[in-house]
Parts: sequence; C-alpha cells; structure tokens
Amino acid sequence: MGEEPAPQAVLDLDELQIPGGRQTGRRHILSILVENKPGVLARISGLFSRRGFNIDTLAVGPTDDPRISRITLTVDGALHPIDQVTKQLHKLINVLKIRDLEPRETVARELALFKLAAEGESRGQIVQFAEIFRGKVIDVSKRSLTVEVTGTDDKIEAFEDLVRPYGLIEMVRTGEIAVARGRSTT
Amino acid sequence: MRAVDAIVECLKAEGVDTVFGLPGGANLPTYDALYDGGVRHVLCRHEAGAGHAAEGYAKASGRVGVALATSGPGATNLVTPVADAMLDSVPTVFITGQVRTDLIGTDGFQEADTTGITMPVVKHSILIQDPRDIPTAISEAFHLARTGRPGPVLIDVPQDLSRADIDYDPIDSVNLPGYQPTVEGNAKQIKLAAKALANARRPVIYAGGGVVNANASGELTELCLADGFPVTCTVMGLGAFPAPHDQWLGMLGMHGTRAANYAMDEADLICAIGARFDDRITGKLSEFAPRAKFIHIDIDPAEISKNVPAHIPIVGDAKRILPKLVREYRALETEGARLDGWWERIRGWREKHPLGYEDSVDSEIKPQFMVEAMYKATDGDAIVTSDVGQHQMWCAQYYDFPEPRRWINSGGLGTMGFGLPSALGAQVACPDQTVVCLAGDGSLQMNIQELATCVTENVPVKVFLMNNHYLGMVRQWQELFWDRRYSGVDMGTTPDWVKLAEAYGATGMRASEKGSLVETMREALATEGPVVVDVQVTKEENCYPMIPAGQAARDMVG
Repeated sequence: MGEEPAPQAVLDLDELQIPGGRQTGRRHILSILVENKPGVLARISGLFSRRGFNIDTLAVGPTDDPRISRITLTVDGALHPIDQVTKQLHKLINVLKIRDLEPRETVARELALFKLAAEGESRGQIVQFAEIFRGKVIDVSKRSLTVEVTGTDDKIEAFEDLVRPYGLIEMVRTGEIAVARGRSTT
Repeated sequence: MRAVDAIVECLKAEGVDTVFGLPGGANLPTYDALYDGGVRHVLCRHEAGAGHAAEGYAKASGRVGVALATSGPGATNLVTPVADAMLDSVPTVFITGQVRTDLIGTDGFQEADTTGITMPVVKHSILIQDPRDIPTAISEAFHLARTGRPGPVLIDVPQDLSRADIDYDPIDSVNLPGYQPTVEGNAKQIKLAAKALANARRPVIYAGGGVVNANASGELTELCLADGFPVTCTVMGLGAFPAPHDQWLGMLGMHGTRAANYAMDEADLICAIGARFDDRITGKLSEFAPRAKFIHIDIDPAEISKNVPAHIPIVGDAKRILPKLVREYRALETEGARLDGWWERIRGWREKHPLGYEDSVDSEIKPQFMVEAMYKATDGDAIVTSDVGQHQMWCAQYYDFPEPRRWINSGGLGTMGFGLPSALGAQVACPDQTVVCLAGDGSLQMNIQELATCVTENVPVKVFLMNNHYLGMVRQWQELFWDRRYSGVDMGTTPDWVKLAEAYGATGMRASEKGSLVETMREALATEGPVVVDVQVTKEENCYPMIPAGQAARDMVG
C-alpha cells in the first residue's frame, strides 16, 4: 500500500503482492443480515472480489422476517483486510448487521449430496458408511445411489474421501450456515 | 399524476432549483415533465459535463447537485463524474433513464446495466421496479447523498414506469434501518484527544475535504487557534483554514510545502480531521510520520485505521466534535510556551524552504507566475475550479484560499476535464461570485463542449488556460523518472484557442508577456460572458517541491 519501487524498475513477479498471497489459512465465517432487496448480493460479493478475496462458500436464505435475508459466507483472509471488508460491508445501505463468527463459539453445518456409481457389492458398503455418518439414501437407481450428509465441512470431506474410491459421479454442497452458540443472537 | 411529474415535485421538495443533463429516448418522459415543471434545466453538451457541473454546483454551494442522463451511452458517459463524486465525497444525485422493463436484459436499443456498471462507485443506487416507489427512492437518495459521508446516489428509472400514473404524497421521513451514521463522537475519546493535544510538544493538525463537507471550517479554525497548533490541509481541504495565516503551513503531500511535510515527519501528535491518509499524503507508508501518535476524526468508520492505525479514533461529524474538543481542551491547563521550540523548528523550515520558483529573465510567463497573477487579478476573491495536472498543483500552492468552497478540483479520482463543467456548475450555484477555471491545455479539450453551454445559458465563467503544449505532469514524470523519453505528451500547437472560443460565441484572448498578464486577466474578468484566455507559459517547467511516488517526506526534491 503506497509503497512503489522506482517507476522505471522492472518488477519481479516475486516482489509483487499478488492478492492470493494474502491468504493465511484463517477461515472466517461471516454472518450478514441484509434487507431482502435486489442487487444486495452483487454489492456484497463485489466488495470481496475487488480486494482479491475468494469467497469459499456462500449460502443465502430468508429469516423469520420475510423482509430480511441472511447471508452466510466463508472466506480465507488475513485479519486486517477482513476487518477492512467488514467495515465496507457495514457501509452498504441494505446491510443491517455483520458478525465475524468465532469458530469455537459457533455451530456450523453444511448439507451435501453425493451421487455414487454403486453397483453390486459396493452398494451395501456405501449404505453402511451413510449410516455411520448419519446420512440418508435419498435416491436409488440400478446404477447409482444418492446420499445426503449433513455436518461440518470436516465431516463432509471425510465422507467424500471414504466414498470416492467407489465411484463419485458428482457432489453438490450447500456451503456452510452457522449460528452462534448459547442464548445470544447471531 | 405521472411518475415523472412526481420526480419533479420530489426534486422541488428537496430544494433543487437547477438540474444539469441531456435528454434521450429513455428519459423523454422526465424531460416532458421538466418542460413546465418549475425546475431550471441546464442543457449540457455531454453527460460527463452535466455530471461534473452537478459536482461543481454541489461543491460551491454545499447543496446536492443533480444530473440527468438517458439510458445506455448517456448513463455510461456519467460514470466518470459518478466515480469522481464517490472519491471526493460530493453530495450528488444522478437520475438515469432506463429502457422499458420488457426490454431490460434483451440488449435493447441503448440498453446498459447502469446500476451494475456503477455499483462499485456509488454510495447507493436504486433500480426502480415499481413506479409507486419513486417518491420514496428520491427522498432516500437525497438523504443518503447529503448525510453521513456524502456521496453519489444513482436512481435508474425504466421508461415505461416513469409514465405510470401514481399517487404522489410528499415524503417527510425516510426509513433506512441499515443506515445510521454516527455524528456525535464518543465523549471519552474526545476527552482523550484533548489530553493528547495538551501533552503534545510537536502537534500538527491535518485537515481534509471532510471539514469542508461538514461546513466545519469555523470550528476547525477555533481548534487551531485554541493554542498555537500548526495546521496543514490536503488538496481537498484547502480553504478550510483561512490562508494566509501565521499558523498555516500550506498544503501537505506530494506537492505540498516542505514545512508541512517536514512537520508531519517530525510530529509527535497528528490530529487528522476529515482526511483519509491517501497515498499522495503518506508517500512511503512505513516511513510516514514515524514518531507520531494519531487522533483520527472522521464520519466514516471505514476510514479509521485503513492506512494508518489510529491511537485515538473518533467517529462522527466534525462540526459536532470539534466544538466539544475545543471545550475539553480549554478546560485543561496547558502551557502555550511548550510549542515554542516546535514553532522555531517550523519557522526554520519556512525560511529555508519557502515555496518559490526561478522567474524568467525575459517576458516569458512562468506557470507559477500565472497563478500569482490570477490571485492578483481576482484579489484572491474568486471561486477557482481546476482541471488535473501541474496547473492544479501550482494553483494549490500559490493561490491562498481564505474560505472553504472556493477551491473546486478533482482530488481523489484526478479527472482531467473536470475544470470547465465544474466552473459552469459553480457559477450557476453562485451567480454573484467570480468563477474562474484554471485549465490545462490537455484537460480543457476533454470537456471543451461545455463552453457552448456557458454561452447559451449565459454563464460567465472565465477560463484561464495554462498552455504549455504538453500533458505537463506526465512530461514531468518522464523527465524525472523515465530518462526524458517524452512519449505521448506533446500536444502540438493546436487548437487556436482564441478562434475556438470565438467559434463557440465566447470571447477569446491571448497572453504571452508577463508584464501585461495581470492587466489582461483583469480585462477578461471585466468582460461580459464567458472568456477563454490562452496564456502561453514556459513549456518545460516542473512542479516542485515533490515527494517522488512511494518515497518519504524526507526525500522531497526541488
């Protein structure tokens, strides 16, 4: 920021601050209450993309008040830039409330659907795995099984690793939604 | 009534007397309503001109500036003024026509996604989807534009909806639950700030455009005079503190004075008010004001600690905070003499490094001399607009502004072509004042068509053209940092500005001798109607002093 090498210098790629380089592995779950109005999502996502953040997951849904929606998004980023984006998000007229949820004080869940090429003997094993993961078989055909699994992203990834060898045709994930632990509102 | 008639009624209810714009297919209904609606319409020759005119109107008067454009190219031509108003926090409302709702999304004739294109550069925007929402939308737009940190709000009105028959009731309140700007400032923080000021031995007050926007220059002056606080302003803040003055250090930043920049460098406390630590101010961030603690007063919480971490942040309206800060400061026991050593040091810099230039030995007009001549010819009593480049910086250095809203320029976006249309807007807002546009020969061409507007509307702006036949600031950088490889900066000798002015129906004059320059300028100021004075200045003159980009205040050159 504000620090330029001499104008004539040819810039070494390594010295440039490529936005992706800012990633720290610290995952943020932002829970955002917004007015249910057209364009709100575009305004929010624009603030992230402009600063080179990649939104990892995004889930949008109504709240108990139909005029208000909740956006839950997860993003990887250093603390300072996230703080800056949060402040900018607050400036959006249709944004009502933002919380950067502390992972330890948050319950987060995600739903995933796995379509598996389950033929012959492997069918039974997949059904067994699904039971262990408290998943459900929600569709079945002669050549496939579709399993629904709910949980943290770790659990979903573990299930994915487990069933992949059996022939994962496709996988669909909702992205995490989250709520603060205890009595306080998110 | 028709929705468009409601638009005009809403504008009047907001106190709008003048709008700037250009009609087209999609906003024909609006123009029909303007025909006898009772609001003055200034027909600009380009939507960019209309947008900058609205900015000039807003900056000169403090009222919300309004510009209208049609859909598609009309709206895209407005994008530069919208972005300009965003970066300089100018209270503006832009109303664009949109194609009929059944054509939206079909690549209809003159269709552009106006709200999408402008999304990153507006404070807020509203695409009308129900004509009954129009009065509320306009009321919200004006509220958003003028409160909190001011800025541009855009309303996009599809053509068919604008013709709908709606009930119009004046709107008397807005309901924006997500928009609650903090204005008062935290009392504890203000106390802390007063204490910090009382304990500081090398304080500097650093004020920006936010003070002008808050109409708080009186309050700023009171704070500075509550003790012997040295004060400097950004290019956007000039006039917020009356210059010249004993405590005035001049502008700071890339082309600021050495006294101001060195004072920032050695300060132990910097009190930033309505300023945002832009890279043109800080230079190399890691070496910026290394010994200072920072008080940061700003209405926008997102500015606090954005570039420079604030030790005492105060979010709120400068006009509300500064009087409280003065009261708290006066309640403390302070020793005015503690600043004597600091002033001695500052005076030393002032004496050793005053602003100055080497005047020509013949009759050649140096650009700095031209600004001084302009100051003399106007008795320092004019609204001065400028384009962007060397002339802008020289004007900021050599023209002392005694009041706010006298200096109108594009600071954040740095928009060439801003000067003439903003002068038009300023003159419309302030018909009884002298309005001068200091233009560059690169910039003036970019919106010269607004000379036609000035002539037709009888807006008597005086354009003083600093003509060096170069894109001067770029040439300066090429000279200093790119081995004098002058690439794409030579403007040649065209056009003939006198003939061009005359072709537009304005008066054209030329000056090339310094002996008679003030006289020529006075003559231009006494001439009725718009005038362009082509002032031939030294071709290759550099704007100094200068902090090369990315370097520290200590590294100032020239």
